[in-house]
Amino acid sequence: MTYVGIIITFVFINNFILTQFLGLCPFIGVSRQMEPAVGMGFAVIFVMSLASLITWMIYTWILIPLGIAYLQTITFILVIAALVQLVEMTIQKTAPPLYKALGIYLPLITTNCAVLGIALIAVRSNYNAMESFVAGFSAGVGFMLALVLMASIREKLDTEWVPKPFRGVPIAFVTAGLMALAFMAFDKALLRNLIG
Amino acid sequence: MIEHFTKGLFKENPIFIIVLGLCPTLAVSTQVVNALGMGAGVIFVLLGSNFFVSLLRNFIPEKIRIPSYIVIIASFVTMVDLFMQAYAPTLSKNLGVFVQLIVVNCIILGRAEAFAKNHTVSESVLDALGMGIGFTLGLLLISLIREVLGAGTITLFPFGNFDGVIRIPVIYNAPIRVIGLATGALLVIGYLKGFFDWMAIRKKKREIEKRVSAVKV
Repeated sequence: MTYVGIIITFVFINNFILTQFLGLCPFIGVSRQMEPAVGMGFAVIFVMSLASLITWMIYTWILIPLGIAYLQTITFILVIAALVQLVEMTIQKTAPPLYKALGIYLPLITTNCAVLGIALIAVRSNYNAMESFVAGFSAGVGFMLALVLMASIREKLDTEWVPKPFRGVPIAFVTAGLMALAFMAFDKALLRNLIG
Repeated sequence: MIEHFTKGLFKENPIFIIVLGLCPTLAVSTQVVNALGMGAGVIFVLLGSNFFVSLLRNFIPEKIRIPSYIVIIASFVTMVDLFMQAYAPTLSKNLGVFVQLIVVNCIILGRAEAFAKNHTVSESVLDALGMGIGFTLGLLLISLIREVLGAGTITLFPFGNFDGVIRIPVIYNAPIRVIGLATGALLVIGYLKGFFDWMAIRKKKREIEKRVSAVKV
C-alpha cells in the first residue's frame, strides 16, 4: 500500500512540474509539439527510475559507511551525468530506432533538476531501495503527464489569437499556472480517501 | 570592462530576458527573505565557478570540460549548503532541496560555458557579479509581488525589537492566497515576462519610428 501512496503522491499530489517547480526548463522548452514531448517524457521516466535507484545504492552502501554523506551533491550529479551518458551509449548500440527518437533529449536530461531533485528527495525521505525506485518512476510519469498535457494545449494555442507580447513563453507560463490550479484538486485528502 | 557587470542587471537579465534558472526562482519566491538567501547563495557559487573556470581555462581539456565545470560548481554548492545549515538553519530549512539544486541551475553552467571559458579572470568575476545580482533582483521582484499580494507581508531578517515581518495594512487582513501557491508563481512570472516583452517590442517600435522620421527630414 505504501507503493500506491508513493505513486499517487509523486504523479498527482506533488507533481514535480506543477507543484514542486522541478524540471521547468525542459517543460517550457520541449512542450511546443506533441512528438518531442512524448520522447522527452519517456527518456525522463527511464533516467529518473534508474538514477533514484543507483544514487540510493551509492548513498547507502558507499557514502554512509565511509561517513562522507556531505559529498552527496557532488557524487549524485556526477553519477547522474555518467548514467545519462551510459544510457545514451547503450540505447545507441542496442535500440537504434529508440535512440533516434530520444536522440537530442538524452543529453539535456543531465541538467534537468527533476532528476537530481528526486535523488535528493528520496534520500531525505529515508526511502528504501524499492521505494526510491518507485518514487523515481512515478515522478517521471508525473513529469510526462504534465509535459504531454501542456504540449497538446500549446498545439491548440498555435491556431488561436494571442496578444503579441504574450506569444511563446509568457502564455506558456500562464497556461501552466492554470494547470497548476487544476492540480490543486489533488491533495492529501485524496490519498486518505483512497487508501485510508 | 564595466559593461560585463552592467549587462547582467537589465539588458541580459538571466530570469526575464534569457529565461534561465527558473525552478529555484519559482520555488523559493514565497517570501522575500528566501529570495535574498537564494540570491546570496547563487552569487557566491557563480563567483567561485566563474573565477575557477576562467583561471583553469587553459588547463581543462576541451572534451571533459562540462564534467570539470560541474565538479567546480558542486564544490561551491556544497560549501553554501553546509554554511547555511550551520549559520542559518531556518533559511536552510525553508529553501530545502533547492540549495543543493543550485548545481543544476542553468545560469551557472551557462555562464561558465558561454563566458568564463574564454574571458580573463577579472572579466569573468565582473560577469558573475552582474549576472548574480541580476538574478537576485529578478527573484526579489517576483517574491515581493507574491508575498505582498499573497500574504500581505514582507519578511526580512529579524533584528532588535523588529521581528523581521512588515505587515501591509489592508492586504494583510484579506490576502489573495492563491498568489502564494504554485499557481500564483507561474501566473506572476508569465505576466511579468509578458510585460517585459511588451516593453521590448515598444522600444523597438520607437526606434523604427525615429529612424523613419529621420529619413523624412
